[in-house]
Amino acid sequence: MKEMKRYSLTLTVNNETHAVVTPPNRTLLEVLRDDLQLTGTKEGCGEGACGSCTVLVDGQPVRSCLTLAVAMEGRKITTIEGLAQGGKLHPIQAAFVENHAIQCGFCGPGMILTSQALLNDNPTPAEGEIRRAISGNVCRCTGYAKIVKAVQSLAGEER
Amino acid sequence: MSDLTTVGKKITKRDAPLKVTGGATYIQDLKIPGMLYGGILYGQYAHAKILKLDTARAERLPGVTAVITAADVPNDFRFGIMKDNPPLKGGRVRSTRDEIAAVAATSAEIAAAALELIEVEYEELPGIFDPLEAMKEGAPLVHEEMKSNILKMPWKLVCGDVESAKKESAYVVSDTFRTQWVTHCCLGTSGCLAALDTSNNLTMYSNTQIPSLAQNDYIEALAAFGLKGRRVRIIQCTIGGGFGSKLDTYAYEYIAILLSMKTRKPVKFIFSREEEFFATSPRQCSITKISQGCDKDGRLTFREVEMVLDNGAYTSWGATTPSVMMMPISSLYKVPNIKYVAQCVYTNNTYSQAMRGYGNPQATFAIESSLDQLAEKAGLDPYELRFRNANEPGELTPQNFQVTSCGMKECMAEVVKRLDWKGKKGNGNGRGVGMASLIHVGGGARVYKSDGCGTIIKMDDRGKVDVLTGATEIGQGSETVIAQIVAEVLGVTIDDINVINNDTDVCPWDVGAHASRSTFVAGNSALGAAQKIREKMLAVAAQNMGEDPASLDIKNGVVFSMQDKEKSMPLSKVLRKGHYTPGGKMFMAEHFYDPPNENFDKEFKGNLSVSYAYGVHGVEVEVDRETGQVKILNYIAAHDVGKAINPMLLEGQIYGGGLMGIGYALGETMIYEKGHLKNGNFLDYKMPTAKDVPPVQAVIVETDEQAGPFGAKGIGEPGLVPTAPAIANAIYDAVGVRIRELPITPEKVLRALQEKAQADAGRSGA
Repeated sequence: MKEMKRYSLTLTVNNETHAVVTPPNRTLLEVLRDDLQLTGTKEGCGEGACGSCTVLVDGQPVRSCLTLAVAMEGRKITTIEGLAQGGKLHPIQAAFVENHAIQCGFCGPGMILTSQALLNDNPTPAEGEIRRAISGNVCRCTGYAKIVKAVQSLAGEER
Repeated sequence: MSDLTTVGKKITKRDAPLKVTGGATYIQDLKIPGMLYGGILYGQYAHAKILKLDTARAERLPGVTAVITAADVPNDFRFGIMKDNPPLKGGRVRSTRDEIAAVAATSAEIAAAALELIEVEYEELPGIFDPLEAMKEGAPLVHEEMKSNILKMPWKLVCGDVESAKKESAYVVSDTFRTQWVTHCCLGTSGCLAALDTSNNLTMYSNTQIPSLAQNDYIEALAAFGLKGRRVRIIQCTIGGGFGSKLDTYAYEYIAILLSMKTRKPVKFIFSREEEFFATSPRQCSITKISQGCDKDGRLTFREVEMVLDNGAYTSWGATTPSVMMMPISSLYKVPNIKYVAQCVYTNNTYSQAMRGYGNPQATFAIESSLDQLAEKAGLDPYELRFRNANEPGELTPQNFQVTSCGMKECMAEVVKRLDWKGKKGNGNGRGVGMASLIHVGGGARVYKSDGCGTIIKMDDRGKVDVLTGATEIGQGSETVIAQIVAEVLGVTIDDINVINNDTDVCPWDVGAHASRSTFVAGNSALGAAQKIREKMLAVAAQNMGEDPASLDIKNGVVFSMQDKEKSMPLSKVLRKGHYTPGGKMFMAEHFYDPPNENFDKEFKGNLSVSYAYGVHGVEVEVDRETGQVKILNYIAAHDVGKAINPMLLEGQIYGGGLMGIGYALGETMIYEKGHLKNGNFLDYKMPTAKDVPPVQAVIVETDEQAGPFGAKGIGEPGLVPTAPAIANAIYDAVGVRIRELPITPEKVLRALQEKAQADAGRSGA
């Protein structure tokens, strides 16, 4: 196979900077998982249809499987590994655990980050707003009931 | 049991913290030094001769380590229950998922590029895609060496005398119902990593739901590949969804073993989502002809069912779903006379597998839809007909199922009350209500010679507990339920328990995560082991405390006298006494629980499960007459669970199963055209999203099953069993059209409404 030109870039992930050298066709998902070993971000479909690969870019949920890594220079990326601080679960993670919003867990990282982005924008979302916000994140295990409940449990809380 | 400390409580899932932090290792996340990436080339036609298969260019691509074809499969090895499935197909392809070549390369990209370089020439052959056509004399044969496309797997159950009962019935209805292929849609796609050591022992990193049975499959395969007597170790990664999809072993796993043998390196396969859709095995589709009758008082007299199942080109567990379909056919409600015949037919379509409910949803759709037709004919409220025939404790069903606990009537009462059945039924204003019931195995299921599960428990010096179980965690929460049971018996906290459940080198034997059996069978196994170790600890404590062991109890890690709570000894001290006393003892116990259920006899009769789970779903819908759109306004899922070991996790099974059932009822279908899947992605395959969820109430009915651990029965599958017929019945109540084919799409409802309008006009015109 023909070698593609490689680009050097600096990625800011979970408040740490990483120097990455990559061909321009690689996705943010691939670089996170394969180069930075941040395997918490999952690939469920590779075509932007399931939300499992969701990360936050400058606070907004983004499908990392459809995002080229070279476009991420200077952006602030948050992955699931960046939420817990000092060995303590982030409130949204704790809410998912406490409310049994996790079964097989594969959709969890993307679901949690999408939910957190919603709460950042709208601290008191109504049930319909929660359902709309996470409707791009597919879960096959839970029927979404307890995911919605987990997000609702944080609605209106100080963060 | 009011003083239970852990059982019956909403304990959070033990593996949830790891999962919410991204720390859980799924097969996708696993890397091993030196590992290669595998890729599979599938045939382009549903039925074709392979005229040429040239791998030379692929082999020359730098980074490609091995390319294999059917010629590299030793001894004509085939897998599957009928041994009709070679891991790599040579000479001919019989379905679009036929594997014809595979590569191992140093990167996934190189593996994909190598597949593109394999040159294949085909001669397309006429295919057969309709099982009814495939059954006819002279139909093209899917397997030319066989005389017929009909599998030699005759399913037949006869109880009583259906013909006489039919004649004596006051009311009889007959109709035909069809169900579709749907797929599991596990968010984590299939994958494995096969690694052979220098002595040719195999370690398989796997997603399997059947570690002990898969181990046997691989041992047999290794023997066929010339490696007889080698060890196989299965290490399960965190499993990204199961739902039955991992109850068999598949071509890609055997291909991984063959490539690992050839390259002497670990070889990993991860399916793309596209592969996951077309190359894994969906739920068995069905064509069901059903007749049912009742007497003038609405007592059911007979049920007669004939089924044709599209087997696809190869055989997996889909072909055996009639064994479970028999359960609702013979034993859902009291029906004295039963006849059931099912035939599985080879076609050039995909082949089916186990999926949550295992045939039960297909059969229940026909039974419960037909039952509403019968109620109408008999002039009875559908609820009234069901209530009069409801199953009850103590009943022996025609298939010889011994009903122990049974909460069907209680579940029905919950549905009627919560749905306001009497107020909402038959209003004919575009809104309507429907219900449907279920029976499922709730106390294991003896589908193999054993229905057993082993547990080993050992204690450390400080009162921490390691529980080694055969039960597989697929997200359902078996790990947590087992931990709760052990904590309760040992008088320790849930945090003292560590469950090890993913390594055949240390975990005991188990028949698999299927048949809703983990809580019941693995739970009883854990309970037995915990009781043994408790006795050992109490014996040592009694000796040191100068008490009778029978007078002692353990709570919160402290052994105490029930007569005088001041007399106590920390459990940690008891354990150290055992370990550090000369001639001391180790605190370890094992227990194998194999429930006293029965394999079917030659007539397919026998007490398949120690107890049966019941449930009733009720639904209120609104049907848009202009668009055919069905909106669920209210959904009640009432389940007899024996006892909820963990109500929160149990609700998770009901909500999850329920929505999977709603998808099955209203939207999901795999669209095949001449053997080619047309909607193999998440955009075109309509799985419900969070926006599509109706208001669902999960209602737990406890009946205290005496054989269950702390009274529990299984609940993994029941949540989706009666969903589709409950919805279909509600649609009929709302707008008077009967939908006989799943999924109930707006197009079908609209067409039925138009046909009804024409028929009504014709009638009034005449």
